[in-house]
Amino acid sequence: MDNLITQLINLFAAVILMLAFAMLSQRRILTLIHLFTLQGLTVVASTVAVAYVTHQHHLYYSAALTLALKCFLIPYLLHRLINRLNVRWDIETLINIPTIMLIGIVLVVFSFNLALPIAKLSASIARGTLGIAIACFLLSFMMMITRAKAVPQVIGFLSMENALFFAATSATYGMPMVVELGIALDVLVGVLILGVFMFQIREQFDSLDISHLEKLKED
Amino acid sequence: MIDWVLLVIAAWIGVGVLGIAALRQFKLVARILFPLGGLIGLALAFAALSALPRAPEIAILPIGLPQLPFHLRLDSLSAFFLLIIGAAGAGISVFAAGYFRQGAGTPPGLLCCEYHLFLASMAMVVLADDAYAFMVAWESMALASFFLVTANHKVPEIRDAGFLYLLIAHIGAIAILLCFGVLQANSGDYTFAGMREQSLSPFWASAAFLLALFGFGAKAGMLPLHVWLPEAHPAAPSPVSALMSGVMLKTAIYGLLRVCFDLLHLHLWWWGVTLLALGLATALFGVVFATVQTDMKRLLAYSSIENIGLLLAAIGLGLLFRSYGMNALAALALTACLFHVASHAFFKSLLFLGTGSVLHATSERNLGHLGGLLRYMPWVGWLMLVGVFASSGLPPFSGFVSEWLLLQSFLFTPGLPDPFLNMFIPIVAALIALVAALAGYAMVKFFGIIFLGQPREENLRHAHDAGPWEKAGMLWLAAWCIALGLLPNLMIQFIDPVTRMMVGEGLAKQAAASGWWLLAPTSIERASYGPVFFLLGIIAASTLAFLLVRLFYHGHVRRSAPWDCGHPWQTPRMQDTAEGFGQPIRQIFEPFLRLQRTLPSPADTKPFYKVVLNDHFWHWLYLPISRGIEYLARQVGRLQQGRISIYLLYSFITLLFMLFLVQR
Repeated sequence: MDNLITQLINLFAAVILMLAFAMLSQRRILTLIHLFTLQGLTVVASTVAVAYVTHQHHLYYSAALTLALKCFLIPYLLHRLINRLNVRWDIETLINIPTIMLIGIVLVVFSFNLALPIAKLSASIARGTLGIAIACFLLSFMMMITRAKAVPQVIGFLSMENALFFAATSATYGMPMVVELGIALDVLVGVLILGVFMFQIREQFDSLDISHLEKLKED
Repeated sequence: MIDWVLLVIAAWIGVGVLGIAALRQFKLVARILFPLGGLIGLALAFAALSALPRAPEIAILPIGLPQLPFHLRLDSLSAFFLLIIGAAGAGISVFAAGYFRQGAGTPPGLLCCEYHLFLASMAMVVLADDAYAFMVAWESMALASFFLVTANHKVPEIRDAGFLYLLIAHIGAIAILLCFGVLQANSGDYTFAGMREQSLSPFWASAAFLLALFGFGAKAGMLPLHVWLPEAHPAAPSPVSALMSGVMLKTAIYGLLRVCFDLLHLHLWWWGVTLLALGLATALFGVVFATVQTDMKRLLAYSSIENIGLLLAAIGLGLLFRSYGMNALAALALTACLFHVASHAFFKSLLFLGTGSVLHATSERNLGHLGGLLRYMPWVGWLMLVGVFASSGLPPFSGFVSEWLLLQSFLFTPGLPDPFLNMFIPIVAALIALVAALAGYAMVKFFGIIFLGQPREENLRHAHDAGPWEKAGMLWLAAWCIALGLLPNLMIQFIDPVTRMMVGEGLAKQAAASGWWLLAPTSIERASYGPVFFLLGIIAASTLAFLLVRLFYHGHVRRSAPWDCGHPWQTPRMQDTAEGFGQPIRQIFEPFLRLQRTLPSPADTKPFYKVVLNDHFWHWLYLPISRGIEYLARQVGRLQQGRISIYLLYSFITLLFMLFLVQR
């Protein structure tokens, strides 16, 4: 049974990585939010699986918190945001998707290389997934860099947080509850503040394209 | 005794605080607080004088950070410099009471506060016995003097001068801090007592010496860190220039002596040679620039650079003798140095104060617009003459004694066991003599152009003499110049414990052996100097000449004007100008200077002649550095692209790089 569940954790990890790639190359904002929700769900599922195998009860609470926040509250907020901003059907022009994907693969190789010595030290059953967690983190970072619009950047930021949470569960059975609560609150507040910023940006420049912010530079 | 000294310093701070309380009450500040400060200075001088021959005393002041009190120590070296600070400060304060005028600029109370904090911090610098207290005092000294320099901050040039001064003062302070870091030798004990117990390897001792040289050299105006000095000294009000030039520069000399002879036990011969070479270069540079200046305060500032050079050379010679174990000769060189510290403090303060009086009477600093003032300002003129004599090293004034002692100590260099040095140092001695002669030339120019001849401008005829306060302050300083010159043995008695502390030998015994009237630093057969006889001789010769002229010549005067030799009338414009007087030196030392000259064409009916003299160091050293910094800043500025994705990319690449490092 345990063996099966360990395999399951690895499967979830693979799904998270694939979703990260999908988000990296996704151009539609609405689909991006769906993908993000899906990623959140997968993270929750893998956390529950780890909790079941290791009998770490506090991980159930973490999973419940993440479910509430990442799968319901934040997607709901994002949906509302894009409706209010009227960007629901927006399509972003991405430059050179194949190059971005290739760089992403290089990043994955790099993170596996990086995780190898750390995973050897770790006693966790999910230690094999640490490389995937780091790769997800870097891919989300890449996403923030390559996007020109504000909403996808926020999603990249949130997805980075997902990857961090996943890394924490797989390496050390999760962070202490206090830290987790703090981070959850931070993310929520961050989303709210960034939402306000988006309205401000649009009011100022009549667009959500953040390349307009270049005008703020001093010469 | 240290309690008294601390009380005196506290009194100075108190006067400063009172100044803040009486911020705009001009009469109160000028007539009561400044004279009070002068009285406190006098008290400090007496306390220091009685502390000079005593054993060191220590005190711990529980101020500052917890676990880190101020350690203070009053030994002969600090007492000697306290004597200078107190005695010179007293005269300058009394002068300042009459000098500051009501009007624009910093309010008088604030000026009084900065001035007394400046004095108090200088006294704290020489008392400090740990690196923390020293740096706190050193920085408050730099800050107080910065605000005093920029008292008239509405003028852009003064602001620039203040900035340059603050910048170099801080670069120097960093070097001093690093020097203390080396001296504590990883023991974590930053008290000077702890540093004395460390024995450093030659490498680290040299590092400490070079850092100290750089740091204190920046404050003293050593080449090539002198650029702030000719800018800041003329910018400050005259009593402040006097205090900075006469007293503050000496705290740098104090620091150098403290590090070299007290905290470091190892003395390498090349340290002495380095100091000798740097001091000589500084002295020669300063004196050449002094002779070609046309602004009277700039001229004096360059003359200060020259004197600092002489002091550094004397310390270098002392180090050289000390490194070969010739302690008696080291004591001779250091006595020359300390004597010159005292004499320069008094005569340079006197001269700066004099320029202040001239400036008030004529509102002119340019030598080209002055002249003939001896008739209109006899007090200032004659008192300045004393300072000028002392500054040019003429007997029987104080400047002669120190320069004579310095040259005497050079005469003993053939005793050094190194043949190379034996050949090299007589050249140095010759150059020192050249510097002394050129200093005399600069002083003749300074006095002659300002006070002799005819007034070059019409309004100079209405110049009024200095007020009673100003006269009193200058009289006090002039009296010291004469007393030091006439009774050098007395001063050597005071210097004796200081050199005894530093190198274990003193000159007092030899000096006392030949009586108070005769100065014989080594033996009476070798060299001796009797200032009183000299004075009597001078008086006798002058009286005789005067009487002879009176008797034999004036009886047969025949006044007539058959021919006018080409100039029937003589106007003030026909007199030798400051530029003209300095011209031969400018010709000889042309490679030293950076000249920009605009000559009028022969057909010009209103010819205008302009010459701008600049410092090579400014163009060779400082401008390239500032250009380099600007270039670097521009390159860093390129990082600012204004695009969020670029900023994210920076942190991304940094993260990847860090992870890469972690992995290895």
